[in-house]
Amino acid sequence: MFTSKTARGTLPTRKRAAAITAGAAISALLLSGCVQSQREEDGGAAAEGEVDSTFVFAASSDPASLDPAFASDGESFRVSRQIFEGLVGVEPGTADPAPLLAESWETSEDGLSTTFALKEGVTFHDGTEFNAEAVCFNFDRWYNFTGLAQAPSVSYYYNNLFRGFADSPDAAVYESCEVNGDLEATVTLAKPFAGFIPALSLPAFAMQSPTALQEFNADDIGGSSEAPQLSEYAQGHPVGTGPFKFDSWNVGADLTVSANEEYWGEQGDVQTVIFRIIDDPQARTQALQAGTIDGFDLVSPADIPVLEEEGFMIVPRDPFTILYLGINHAVEELSDPLVRQAIHHAIDKQALIDQTLPEGTQLATQFIPDVVDGYNEDVTTYEYDPERAKELLAEAGYPDGFEVQFNYPTDVSRPYMPTPEQVFTNLSAQLGEVGITVTPAPDVWTPDYLDRIQGTENHGIHLLGWTGDYNDTDNFIGVFFGQEKPEFGFDNPELFTALSEARGMTDREEQTSTYEEINEQIAQFNPAIPLAHPAPSLAFAPRVDSYPASPVNDEVFNMIELNE
Amino acid sequence: MLRVIGKRLALLVPTLFGLSVLLFLWVRSLPGGPATALLGERATPEAVARVNELYGFDEPLLLQYFTYMGKLLQGDFGTSIITGRPVLEEFATRFPATIELSVVALIFAIGVGIPLGYLAARHYGKLLDHGSVVLSLIGITIPVFFLAFIFKYLFAIQWPILPPDGRQDPRINATHVTDFYVLDGILTGEYDAAWDAFQHLILPGLALGTIPLAIIVRITRASVLEVQNADYVRTARAKGLMEKTIRSRFILRNAMLPVVTTIGLQTGLLISGAVLTETVFAFNGIGSFLARAIFELDYPVLQGFIIFIAILYALINLIVDVSYSVIDPRVRVQ
Repeated sequence: MFTSKTARGTLPTRKRAAAITAGAAISALLLSGCVQSQREEDGGAAAEGEVDSTFVFAASSDPASLDPAFASDGESFRVSRQIFEGLVGVEPGTADPAPLLAESWETSEDGLSTTFALKEGVTFHDGTEFNAEAVCFNFDRWYNFTGLAQAPSVSYYYNNLFRGFADSPDAAVYESCEVNGDLEATVTLAKPFAGFIPALSLPAFAMQSPTALQEFNADDIGGSSEAPQLSEYAQGHPVGTGPFKFDSWNVGADLTVSANEEYWGEQGDVQTVIFRIIDDPQARTQALQAGTIDGFDLVSPADIPVLEEEGFMIVPRDPFTILYLGINHAVEELSDPLVRQAIHHAIDKQALIDQTLPEGTQLATQFIPDVVDGYNEDVTTYEYDPERAKELLAEAGYPDGFEVQFNYPTDVSRPYMPTPEQVFTNLSAQLGEVGITVTPAPDVWTPDYLDRIQGTENHGIHLLGWTGDYNDTDNFIGVFFGQEKPEFGFDNPELFTALSEARGMTDREEQTSTYEEINEQIAQFNPAIPLAHPAPSLAFAPRVDSYPASPVNDEVFNMIELNE
Repeated sequence: MLRVIGKRLALLVPTLFGLSVLLFLWVRSLPGGPATALLGERATPEAVARVNELYGFDEPLLLQYFTYMGKLLQGDFGTSIITGRPVLEEFATRFPATIELSVVALIFAIGVGIPLGYLAARHYGKLLDHGSVVLSLIGITIPVFFLAFIFKYLFAIQWPILPPDGRQDPRINATHVTDFYVLDGILTGEYDAAWDAFQHLILPGLALGTIPLAIIVRITRASVLEVQNADYVRTARAKGLMEKTIRSRFILRNAMLPVVTTIGLQTGLLISGAVLTETVFAFNGIGSFLARAIFELDYPVLQGFIIFIAILYALINLIVDVSYSVIDPRVRVQ
């Protein structure tokens, strides 16, 4: 800076300062070149194609773990999906299971054992062969987790879906895995689990290289009892069979994967993917505008028209979400079915969607989106009819309406609820029309809001929702209404039993029709108000021609098409 | 002087001990806990209980504290709940970023602040003086994050002359040795990488440097005003000393003492400014990580980082005290 010279230059310490500066400059020059640059010379993969094959995507956070078995967050899975593949994949654009590393499978009549025929000629990035032994190695690995690896926050999906481990076999859904030959493995379950095949499409159950898992002590996550520590594997050595290989992870800044030249499938335009970590949503939008990234996820609805106008491509996913207005039946007025019906009739869902939710959002008549099995086309609905709502309130003994607490979270954006404050304002006004006066009760998302809704009785009506993981009906309505919970405060043994029975069914078709019935049962009971299935959107730079958007986020970047 | 430094360092021990107790209690008095932050809307009461049990959050506070201190004394600051990495490592990887940013902010604040304050005092009551007072008032009153937003919007998006976020363009594929990116670029001879990293420092550095700049301007101005009317300055003039000598040796040097104190204090405060600036510029330093730890109640990170920052603050103050005696030989550190 020019000015510092005028200030300091005439000080008596000038000589000393000059000497220090000169010394520093000389040592910098001497040092420069002393340290080897590890930069790879260009001219490799990047120069081959006509397009700039480096794709930069903004992630909202670092992955929690590079080992998908120990992850449950979207950003971990986004990275996992590039590196790993499961036995079962997802039919593009849907939530339905499709063959991937298993070309086909056959399930025994009792539904307990499934034999997988594996794809031939697939190798892991480290050269390890993908075969039946690798499959069984993975299944046995999950089953034999011990200590902290069993924590629900660590092995979330295994815990939730397979329920038990080798040291608690009574609870476990998994029993054994048998190698029938190089390319055939049979997995036997101890209990029926109709969602077994679709569950395997989750990145948490992706196939990982047995060699790498062992070499880099993947299960060694002990660390301390206060907080589990990532294993060496999960920090920097994930090895799968996917189209991209892990390169580097500069924690907090970026993560790079590059094309797997030995990939069995198609290699696309993208040869290198850099995930840049930008946690502020506003900063992601600005980064796209400034051209430092090629795309990002969960575009804020308010930014969509602006970005579209500036020539960016907006890609909405088919919704796999539900936003609902929760009702606490422990509150006297709300325990009355007539009142709940009145609330339902008082809400103009389409207006709510048009005014507060992103384009592509679908109106909800039930608690699952239509791509999930068990969606009931003919379910009982409660049309927007404020007059009917007033009549029902009068019938219930509240001709002048009543007052109720309305809980909503602040400063949070969820895929199913980009702007809770707006949804709150909109619904409050609608309810006010029929005489229901709401007392606003805002809370910060975690822990206050979630604790209050899920752990206490001190709430009235509230906003919450869910983003599904895979095609599993129980993952929606079973989670919401499967047992008595402080969130809803009702006891409906008939519904609880029906859901529990449906969960245990072995026949997928029978299960689907049962869920259709249950959805009708829920609609009649009307425990809460399904509002909308908001569609999360992605935004991309103009050089992106297409992006394989998937309702369940099964998006592998080798399918991205670029034009420059 | 060494004895004094030793003594000051020894005093740091009880200070840090007290701080650790307060921090421990404060962090745990925050409502909720990391379990809900970890499990999100999926949390069932059973899952929360299980997590609390595994992490030891359900044990009596006193026991938790002793476990924590026991490890701390062995240099184990625990593991971040969010990232699953040791707290010490999290700090170490991000610290160079924040230092780089702070250095740029300080160079800007000092390099512009002292001359501006000095000139304002020399032209007391004139346009330059009024201008600098108004500017420094604006600098103090505008919140850092707002300024950061404005800078970013203007110079990275509206007129994209500087990068909007991050520390370096990841496409550059730079070699990192020290994690001070500019230095790394120079050391490895990857000058484009050094230049790129430097460009990434400009906007956040300016935003972060504005508050110390404004304060330095004001203090310098006030201090120079006071000194330039002192008896010894008048005497020097009467003696017929050259004006240049009077200004540099008599005025500036004597006026520097309060300025150096201010710089020291402001250097410590840069960290808190960095929490906001780094978040706006997606700059991966300790500030943005601390912000995230607060939101997600990452106990070990909050405790560890705040202790590190306290140590840093104490060390900076020690350096300031020592520097007094260099500037003014009459002052002896006691």
